[in-house]
Amino acid sequence: MSRIPRLPSSLLRAAACTGIAALTLTACGSGSGSGTASTGSGSVKVGLITKTDTNPFFVKMKEGAEKAAKENGVELSTAAGKFDGDNAGQVTAIENMVASGVKGILITPSDSKAIVPAIEKAKAKGVLVIALDTPTEPESAVDALFATDNLKAGELIGEYAKAAMKGKSAKIAALDLAPGVSVGVQRHNGFLKGFGATDKDVVCAQDTGGDQAKGQTAMENCLQKAPDINVVYTINEPAALGAYTALKAQGREKDVLIVSVDGGCTGTQAVKDGKIAATSQQYPLKMAAEGVKAVVTYAKDGKKASGYTDTGVTLITDKAQDGVTSKDTAYGLDNCWG
Amino acid sequence: MTATSTPPSTSKPYAELKAPTTVRRLLTQPTTGPLAALLLACAFFSVSTDQFLTGGNFSLIVQQVMVVGTLAIGQTLIILTAGIDLSCGAVMAFGSIVIAKMAAEGTLPPLVAIALGLVVCGGFGLLNGALVQKIPLPPFIVTLGMLNVAFALTHIYSEEQTVTNLPGPLTALGQTFPLGHTDITYGSLVTIALFLLLAYALSNTGWGRHVYALGNSPEAARLNGIRTSRLTIGVYTVAGLLYGIAALLLISRTGVGDPQAGQTDNLDSITAVVLGGTSLFGGRGSVLGTFIGVLIVGVFRNGLQLMGVASIYQTLITGVLVILAVTVDQISRKKAR
Repeated sequence: MSRIPRLPSSLLRAAACTGIAALTLTACGSGSGSGTASTGSGSVKVGLITKTDTNPFFVKMKEGAEKAAKENGVELSTAAGKFDGDNAGQVTAIENMVASGVKGILITPSDSKAIVPAIEKAKAKGVLVIALDTPTEPESAVDALFATDNLKAGELIGEYAKAAMKGKSAKIAALDLAPGVSVGVQRHNGFLKGFGATDKDVVCAQDTGGDQAKGQTAMENCLQKAPDINVVYTINEPAALGAYTALKAQGREKDVLIVSVDGGCTGTQAVKDGKIAATSQQYPLKMAAEGVKAVVTYAKDGKKASGYTDTGVTLITDKAQDGVTSKDTAYGLDNCWG
Repeated sequence: MTATSTPPSTSKPYAELKAPTTVRRLLTQPTTGPLAALLLACAFFSVSTDQFLTGGNFSLIVQQVMVVGTLAIGQTLIILTAGIDLSCGAVMAFGSIVIAKMAAEGTLPPLVAIALGLVVCGGFGLLNGALVQKIPLPPFIVTLGMLNVAFALTHIYSEEQTVTNLPGPLTALGQTFPLGHTDITYGSLVTIALFLLLAYALSNTGWGRHVYALGNSPEAARLNGIRTSRLTIGVYTVAGLLYGIAALLLISRTGVGDPQAGQTDNLDSITAVVLGGTSLFGGRGSVLGTFIGVLIVGVFRNGLQLMGVASIYQTLITGVLVILAVTVDQISRKKAR
């Protein structure tokens, strides 16, 4: 039997003293942590906060920011939440970046609403805050937004799928992101708008979190529910490839049309290989680069970027349809990310 | 650590051990290692970046660890009884959604909503304790199940929507007051007060001695007349109430009710407990150690960010530190026997 540690009262006293000492230090500190964002070293600092460290989309965004930071001679620091939806992690990152004296913060909000108070605190200290990829709610909470028009990204593949079906009656499956996440809602609604369909025409809708394994499971279950599905809308290419695997297992991969959004290199290659019919390609490198440039401009002459900048979206397919503007996979692979 | 001369074969009662010198007692204090690590980290970051050693930055670190810190107090109590709680983050998230939604929709007055949140979280703790004690089931399994239950209830009740426009009392603890040149968050003081309160209760009350006894040997504790069943359920309930306080701190920190919150907080709180020198085998450790543990994580996260190091390296360092801490615990346990 090991002995029970008795916390001697001296230790408690010591702890109390340490606490008091820390508070005293805190009180006498220079308090630059709560001051305005000023740079000590003379070089401009830019912060980039992504949803996660691991998603290739954000990895690419980071690369774009690093490249732009180098070109403009500014210092880039990066941070991320631990999982998609980790608001507390992003709040902490904002606070630490403000404390480190960044001139501007670029952020892809994990939770569009929940992040707003932290952004407002940063702005109050003179930091330029720009949202990348995902808007905040309200959109005006940030100074500016550089993002794909996700509704348009959905519309493009919707119009494409409509044209490719050539008037056949459509049985649509939707492999979505997650409830209440704006990016997923916009793409989904855009697809339906482009297709000229409503949610009534969707025979099976499942959340996948944009994950390949979950996409496969969702497709398997959808095929159980409605074996005659012939159009699959997917939130991103990993989900699309999961759907393809499920369809292939049933020998259905040739007669079901899969459309997606993202334009990552793996996904674009899958379009080339004929696994995915078409995808709406977006440009995370551009979002990051534009964001860094905006902070540099702000540091130079105090001019703040404002409003929404559409960083563009292109329909990529090798089976072009009449009346739908698209580029082939050669272009797609030249401009893909990941 | 120290080279004690007691053979490891037989365990002797405490009275027969050689009276330890002050130095030796310091070295075998489970909190000594973590405290040294914390001070070393602080020294390193103070040298590496000039923004680290400021009052404002320290206030920031404490504010950033107050939620996981409060969860970790409850986690420490449970781990001291040789249990573990995987449900703490999910229970906190549910509590925070209950408080936020009830108050924001005007179903209940803010203060009543807060009280209800505490009761709900305490209820989860009571249920955990009852299942662990009465059936009995392993704490790992019970709290794993409860993690899923609380997580699902959070998402069902919130309808996946972040709750905004909260009334003032819910975010009061997130407000700051000036102390010298620095803004201190009220919530930080709540967390520090809770740490001191539980540290006192564990080391200076009968209840605290019983918790340690229970963790060391439930059977011996029972034979010594400790009502182990009541004590266990009590510990889990107190932990649940602490998760309720953490829920309020979380709301006040972020200003919203977020159904996605707390997904990794169960492991983060266990990390803090382990870094603070508390043994996962029960009966050995302290909440002050846990406070140091939670500060270690916070200092690394903040310091590396100030240096401009990517956050993934903070995860890497945390992992290495956890393994180191458990190694030190094992070696010192061997020595203590």
